[in-house]
Amino acid sequence: MRLTAATLYGVVTRPIYRHDIVEQLDAIGVGSLTVVLLSGLFTGAALALQSGQTLDQFGARPVVGRLVSASMIKELGPVLTALMLTGRIGSGIAAELGSMMVTDQINALRALGTDPVRKLVVPRMIAGFLMTPILTVVADFVGIVGGWVVARFTLQVNSGLYWSSVTKALYIGDVWMGLIKPFVFGFIIVTIACHVGLRTSGGTAGVGKSTTLSVVAGSVAVIAADFFVTQILMSVLY
Amino acid sequence: MDAKQILSEVGAPVIVFDRVKLAFDDKVVLKDLSFTLIKGHTKIILGASGSGKSTALKIITGLLKADQGVVWVNGQRVDQLTEREMMSVREDLGMIFQEGALFDSLTVRENVGYKLYEETDTPIAEVDKRVKEVLGFVGLGEHIDKMPSELSGGQRRRVAIARAMAFKPSILLYDEATTGLDPITATTVDDEIIKLRDLEGVSSIVVTHQLRDAFYIATHMAVRENGDVKIQEASREKEREAEFIMIRDGLIVFEGDADALRASTDSYIRTFLS
Repeated sequence: MRLTAATLYGVVTRPIYRHDIVEQLDAIGVGSLTVVLLSGLFTGAALALQSGQTLDQFGARPVVGRLVSASMIKELGPVLTALMLTGRIGSGIAAELGSMMVTDQINALRALGTDPVRKLVVPRMIAGFLMTPILTVVADFVGIVGGWVVARFTLQVNSGLYWSSVTKALYIGDVWMGLIKPFVFGFIIVTIACHVGLRTSGGTAGVGKSTTLSVVAGSVAVIAADFFVTQILMSVLY
Repeated sequence: MDAKQILSEVGAPVIVFDRVKLAFDDKVVLKDLSFTLIKGHTKIILGASGSGKSTALKIITGLLKADQGVVWVNGQRVDQLTEREMMSVREDLGMIFQEGALFDSLTVRENVGYKLYEETDTPIAEVDKRVKEVLGFVGLGEHIDKMPSELSGGQRRRVAIARAMAFKPSILLYDEATTGLDPITATTVDDEIIKLRDLEGVSSIVVTHQLRDAFYIATHMAVRENGDVKIQEASREKEREAEFIMIRDGLIVFEGDADALRASTDSYIRTFLS
């Protein structure tokens, strides 16, 4: 709670380390693009394969696009992207800050008159908060494209039919849900990683423990938060 | 007379530790520590590992808070200041950490100029000039664009010294600056400490358990001769400006100059010196 409060205070007051924010937007956003593209693409493709088989039992194979888009946008896109980011940026942040803790670099920052929260946590928080939704939208899109590849070439569904069913099943509430969740997840992933990283002690073994803890706690928190946020958004949006 | 005027005078106390106590849970680190650092002088803190030497430095910089006692730094009671208020105290306080604590992701230039680049409005050209100047002072001018990982242990410590002196603080704190270095490299670091004290007028606290380095710093002085800097044996008067403190289990067991330390008959000190 204290770290979150200090971070929020750091976001709205000076000094703001702008070049660190840009650096983190690049590291977290652009740096995570490959992993998000690949996981999104294959998730959409697998989803189309699975749902195609199920829909066949009801003779509803042509509506596979509906299932893929609804699942990707509302649930799989945000959650899987968040889990991939927990593995990639959550571990990276915890390891980096943890190493800085055990090698006295954080104390050196403080001794040089820099607030470590402003310098290290605020840029990562802003980048995580802003880039997770963008990456989620990318994952949603390539997931639907992955579903189209399977629908078109494996399930032999007409492309026009697929794309029209993709948009037909979408309500504005689904889109909002898919956009709001990633903001929450981005905030959770970075907060946990920074908190764990800045509490590291015990040398290199401690850094290893912090990295593991950041990924495990981050993943569980994302899945738990998904349930609660979904429940809240369903009561608000529908 | 205000604090600034008092501190500008010769013999002014720049750091005062008064009955400082600190414990981590059940482990008492500092039991009752009191000492004073006079402007332009050197305080050499000796003691075995875990005796509380580094903890004292961290209390001075506000990285740790004492449980009891009063700590004055440059006329401000740092034991009562918040982290934000400590920033103004740290503007005139440099610290060299064990192993250097250089920022891995920054070059030597960025490390040395860090405070000036990030925390001041000094124009980039002026910062670059100062960075080159201090790197020249520690003899590492040609390594300006290297990463810390490309430097040797001794070079890293000297870059750490350059980083701490770049913003011209009047007090420098050295935490085991020569530990783990070979005697020749350690002497180059000792020479930098002596040069900063005698040529730049920096008040310093040197924490170490390396007796050779402690006595070298106390018994040598830097002088300028025809534009060159020369390290030579200190005059008797200069030697008295370096005072030793020996800490054992969080308490001061000795306080005095190099001669008094050598002449001590205390069995613990004899064992330590031998």
